[in-house]
Amino acid sequence: MATSDKIIQVQNLKKYYNKGALKALDDVSLDVNKGDVIVLIGPSGSGKSTLLRSLNLLETPTEGTILFEGTDITRKKYQTPDGKTVKVNIAAHREKMGMVFQHFNLFPHKTIMENMTLAPIQVRKMPKAEAEEKALALLKRVGLEDRAAAYPIQLSGGQKQRVAIVRALMMEPDVMLFDEPTSALDPEMVGEVLEVMKELAKGGMTMVVVTHEMGFAREVGNRVLFMDGGRILESGTPEQIFQSPTHPRLQDFLSKVL
Amino acid sequence: MISIQGFKNTFLYIDMFLEGMVCTITLSALTVILGFILALVLALMRLSKCKPLRFVASAYVEVFRATPMLVQLFIVYYVLLADISLPAFKLFGFIRFERLVPGVIALSLNSGAYLSEIIRSGIQSIDPGQREAAGCLGLTSFQTMRFVILPQAIKNILPAIANEFVTIIKESSICYTIGVQEIMAAVTSAQMASFTLAEPLLVAAAIYFCLTFPTSKLIAHFERKMSRGDKR
Repeated sequence: MATSDKIIQVQNLKKYYNKGALKALDDVSLDVNKGDVIVLIGPSGSGKSTLLRSLNLLETPTEGTILFEGTDITRKKYQTPDGKTVKVNIAAHREKMGMVFQHFNLFPHKTIMENMTLAPIQVRKMPKAEAEEKALALLKRVGLEDRAAAYPIQLSGGQKQRVAIVRALMMEPDVMLFDEPTSALDPEMVGEVLEVMKELAKGGMTMVVVTHEMGFAREVGNRVLFMDGGRILESGTPEQIFQSPTHPRLQDFLSKVL
Repeated sequence: MISIQGFKNTFLYIDMFLEGMVCTITLSALTVILGFILALVLALMRLSKCKPLRFVASAYVEVFRATPMLVQLFIVYYVLLADISLPAFKLFGFIRFERLVPGVIALSLNSGAYLSEIIRSGIQSIDPGQREAAGCLGLTSFQTMRFVILPQAIKNILPAIANEFVTIIKESSICYTIGVQEIMAAVTSAQMASFTLAEPLLVAAAIYFCLTFPTSKLIAHFERKMSRGDKR
């Protein structure tokens, strides 16, 4: 496992609500290396979604730093070694972190094609024809090329989530973040979404996944983190976590979900 | 009291009514445009993170909603613009520009306050996940507003906007009091010249209806057009 290419380094991250009365994240540190598939598991309210959403600053941390490709994105600006002050452009960093949400968050007033081409055209200034060609190729990969002209409401949940994944891929992100991508799906649609995620992982995409799908964690993850009470209580390979869990909270959790 | 002869007498002055109608349309159209721009700015100010901006916008809305339109119009015409001499030419040959401008300003200031509340509620009705998804794709907050939030918000509030536009057309009649030659001015002239009372008013009511009814129909058409994403 490569340890040199650190894409994200989270250091002593804290997220407090009500002046510390609620500690959603309590001193969390984590490195994400290139090619990692990190799976965050834990009971609801354990802080795993907050951690994921902090990575691209959908949540503003109370304390701590997040280095994304070497830049501390929790600061509004920073000093370069030669003394210059550089503003941190969060939009530019977010562009490199694809995000997939539990509730898909497709744009309902735009067709699938428009959903996919909006950001490349507006942010990357990509010519429309090129963006549409790229979108079609990606839709083909998830078997939805015939739905390009449809509106999101005309799609099933599983189809929507597959579109949401390839919409994020349009920006060619360096890392993909998944926030419970299958939790809002009917059971028979979970498989098709997990399949797309497995393909992505096989292709070498760096991924951080919050999920309750233990099968996915075991099969695809190269590192599994167990969170509870805003802390990472145990981390290790899927074998370590699932075969020989040491922390009693983890043993208890696994006994309930497996 | 109402007679065929009365209508015949009134229709002798139909040109004045038509000019008044063009004036009302001009007044309302300019107000809709300026009022909408003002409302958008106010709504974004009310939703901004900056506290002073929020305060200014809410104070503005409260003041303009809590004072009568007529008072606002008179303050604009007799106080704010009293010492400013606007170019005195006639738009289309019959609309007195120096009277039209204060009317447009007062109506825009007033409708901007009402429209801004409608727009704000529209923006707030959009699922926060939409903004998050747009942000995660690298869109700036301006791009997110323009391409993701506003199109959905406007669609949701179109019925309320239609209401406000119709109100503007009707309320523009108040500008008759500062000498804007709109439909109500034509009514008074026709009444005095033809010694009729009721018929010119009925003609005016019919003209207003002919203006407001198509307006609401037109907006309903846009509503259908923008709802394409709602149908399965």
